[in-house]
Amino acid sequence: MGEPCARGESRRSARLLSGWGRATASRAEVLQPRAAVEVETLVSTRSPLIARGLGRSYGDAAQCAGGTVVDMTGLCAVGPLQERTGLVEVDGGTSLDRLMRRTIPRGWFLPVWPGTRQVTVGGAIAADIHGKNHHRDGSFAQHVSRLTLATPTGTYELTPERDPELFWATAGGMGLTGVVTRATISMIPVETSWMSVDTDRFDDLDEAMAAMQQADADHRYSVAWLDCMAPGRHAGRAVMTAGDHAKGSELPARLARKALALPRSRALRIPFTPTHGLLNPLAVTAFNETWFWKAPRRERGRICSMGSFFHPLDAVANWNVLYGRGGFVQYQFVVGDTASELVAGVIGELRSARVPIFLAVLKRFGGSSPGLLSFPMPGWTLALDLPSRAPGLPDVLRRLDHKIAESGGRVYLAKDARLSPDLLEVMYPKLGDLAHVRDRVDPAGVLASDLSRRLGITDAPAHAGLRKMTAAEGSNSQKR
Amino acid sequence: MNNAFGHPQSAVVLGATSDIARALTTRLVALGCDRLVLAARDEVQLAAEAQRVKATGASFVETVRFDAVDTHSAIEVVDQCFEALQARGWQVDLVVVAAGILCDGVDDWRDPAVVERCVTVNFSWPSVALSRSASSLHRQGQGTIVVLSSVAGIRIRRSNFIYGAAKAGVDGFAHGLAEALRGSGVNVQVVRPGFVKTRMTTGRRVPPIAASADDVAAAIVRGLQTRADTVWVPTSLRWVFGVARMLPAWLWRRIPF
Ligand SMILES: Cc1cc2nc3c(=O)[nH]c(=O)nc-3n(C[C@H](O)[C@H](O)[C@H](O)COP(=O)(O)OP(=O)(O)OC[C@H]3O[C@@H](n4cnc5c(N)ncnc54)[C@H](O)[C@@H]3O)c2cc1C
Ligand SMILES: NC(=O)c1ccc[n+]([C@@H]2O[C@H](COP(=O)([O-])OP(=O)(O)OC[C@H]3O[C@@H](n4cnc5c(N)ncnc54)[C@H](OP(=O)(O)O)[C@@H]3O)[C@@H](O)[C@H]2O)c1
Repeated sequence: MGEPCARGESRRSARLLSGWGRATASRAEVLQPRAAVEVETLVSTRSPLIARGLGRSYGDAAQCAGGTVVDMTGLCAVGPLQERTGLVEVDGGTSLDRLMRRTIPRGWFLPVWPGTRQVTVGGAIAADIHGKNHHRDGSFAQHVSRLTLATPTGTYELTPERDPELFWATAGGMGLTGVVTRATISMIPVETSWMSVDTDRFDDLDEAMAAMQQADADHRYSVAWLDCMAPGRHAGRAVMTAGDHAKGSELPARLARKALALPRSRALRIPFTPTHGLLNPLAVTAFNETWFWKAPRRERGRICSMGSFFHPLDAVANWNVLYGRGGFVQYQFVVGDTASELVAGVIGELRSARVPIFLAVLKRFGGSSPGLLSFPMPGWTLALDLPSRAPGLPDVLRRLDHKIAESGGRVYLAKDARLSPDLLEVMYPKLGDLAHVRDRVDPAGVLASDLSRRLGITDAPAHAGLRKMTAAEGSNSQKR
Repeated sequence: MNNAFGHPQSAVVLGATSDIARALTTRLVALGCDRLVLAARDEVQLAAEAQRVKATGASFVETVRFDAVDTHSAIEVVDQCFEALQARGWQVDLVVVAAGILCDGVDDWRDPAVVERCVTVNFSWPSVALSRSASSLHRQGQGTIVVLSSVAGIRIRRSNFIYGAAKAGVDGFAHGLAEALRGSGVNVQVVRPGFVKTRMTTGRRVPPIAASADDVAAAIVRGLQTRADTVWVPTSLRWVFGVARMLPAWLWRRIPF
């Protein structure tokens, strides 16, 4: 399957790991296997254990204090692209950036993009990630036609048809059903890698939300950036961008020869971590002010590069250090249309608690994903970057969790580092089904992360003996 | 697991019957820390405290007895506390070291037994307990230690120098430990309260700057969130003692508090 991305021996070391938000850290033995069989051995011999991709989840999902973390980035071969179907088989540790560099020159685009290209296919499946096209195309796992899963009880070849139970427990399952070593993804055909983008600027949130509902019908991709630091009723003023893949005929002559251009692969890197962070309310207010007024009031059909449309943050490799040593939390939640007032409500509560909101991104979701722990459901999703040291923040978020849970919404586990276990099952009612699947593939409770232990998803090993028996009875047919 | 705000889900409290520890436990339980091992000297008080903590909503409370005059017992006591949680598959997120005694009678320095006791309870036992806890947390890959030091150890004074010296010892040990543990996932918070209105200080003249046990608890919780390595209560004491440290002995001697 092509040349390996990492050379030499498999590596191991005891390391301190944290998520992208850098607000929780724990030490684990990190092993970087170079072959799927090595992964299989690790999963069946070590405990507790969790997979890690590029560590772009914000919280503690890809760490396992005192246990083993399988760094999957050494496994990143990209198989041949099937030109007829757009199917491509890749290793679980392949980054979306790497995959894209293989397929875009041949006219195939990733079906779902998060806000950064630096996530792995395994991480994208485990969090069942969504993009700006969720209202149209659904979540990442809905474009995965097959995957190979290494579990403590053996390796499974899964398709949504053959073992839907385990497939949809793995999609969105945060690594708690096993390690994805390979996956087949359906790419989407594009004429160009450029985007045709409409931009609108709105002075308040209500206007923006009304326009977004409309934009959904007309565009494949849409998102709004909110300025939550603006004073008074302007809090939540927005810049909405809605886009579609530019057709070849839409490109200006100077771009015609670069129709399938790739984003730059180099990124700036901040060489140190400023202790107190460079982001403070003043700086962010100033930045927002500029950003807001720089955006055109109304613009149609501007041709933008895919990088600037999908991944503007990728220009700086480690922008997360700007928050300083304390790090930050991202609070991302989804609420249904009937609770849409919570979008403004959450911003309002944070503001009255004087918590600075450094980044705010609003999106609409289409349907739910079948993933047992998948995040998306129809409605609004708001993602907020908040400095983790802000006084009062723990209490406000706790109150907001309750409101969101009561309204039938949920918070996104891939971003979470602070939710408490009592609300988890309210937000994720299929949690019980995941426990059943885990009894089948991981009866001894090997797979565990800091997140799963914090949220009580994975049982304490003391109960493992009991669970082992039930699993031995129900051995299954798809196992290799 | 400790969350992004440093809030624990489980804790071991050494000296759980202390007023400051009680105030802290109450706050921790409210934040979702509902598995606790409470360790203290007095069996009756300890049982009552366990009852109280359960009533505030903790789902798991276990008690361990110890006497800090026996330095060696620290190892076994810490192990027993960790075992109570780890055997159930839970990590120990937080260890609090709160036991301490005042020992500042005017002529106490003449009595080797008092000196020994004061140094053992305030310095030796806590240091051994810290050492043992730190090793276990290090193996676990994460965790926080909170140690009750005192401003008495920052600029030592005639009126309580045995206590002050012992606190200076434990303060230094804990700060050194924090350095040794950098990058290990284990954090150490050293708490330096001034005068706190608790059992320990009842009957004493209350100085102009005095805190309540709950003020200390609140400052500790805030310190967990900011990952502070040193927490002064109230915060103004940081500056007060910054100056106090510089004062010449003749002047320091004349300051009435
Ligand atoms: C700037 C930025 C923008 C983002 N934008 C979006 C967005 O728009 N939409 C969205 O949905 N998400 C978004 N995210 C979140 C990100 O897409 C997810 O957290 C994703 O899971 C990260 O992938 P990773 O490879 O870094 O995985 P990690 O963070 O390393 O791990 C995440 C989870 O996946 C599991 N995992 C990783 N690899 C495997 C594997 N091979 N097998 C099984 N389990 C595995 C881990 O155990 C863990 O539970 C964004 C993140 C950043 C930093
Ligand atoms: N109060 C202040 O002004 C102040 C100021 C700075 C620092 N501190 C420190 O804060 C910590 C808590 O003090 P506090 O104010 O809450 O006072 P406290 O209520 O008197 O608590 C002291 C605790 O230490 C315990 N203890 C004493 N000797 C012991 C021994 N030999 N073995 C085991 N436990 C023993 C006591 O247990 P028993 O109940 O069994 O005696 C008591 O629970 C102490 O370390 C103290 O030095 C206090």
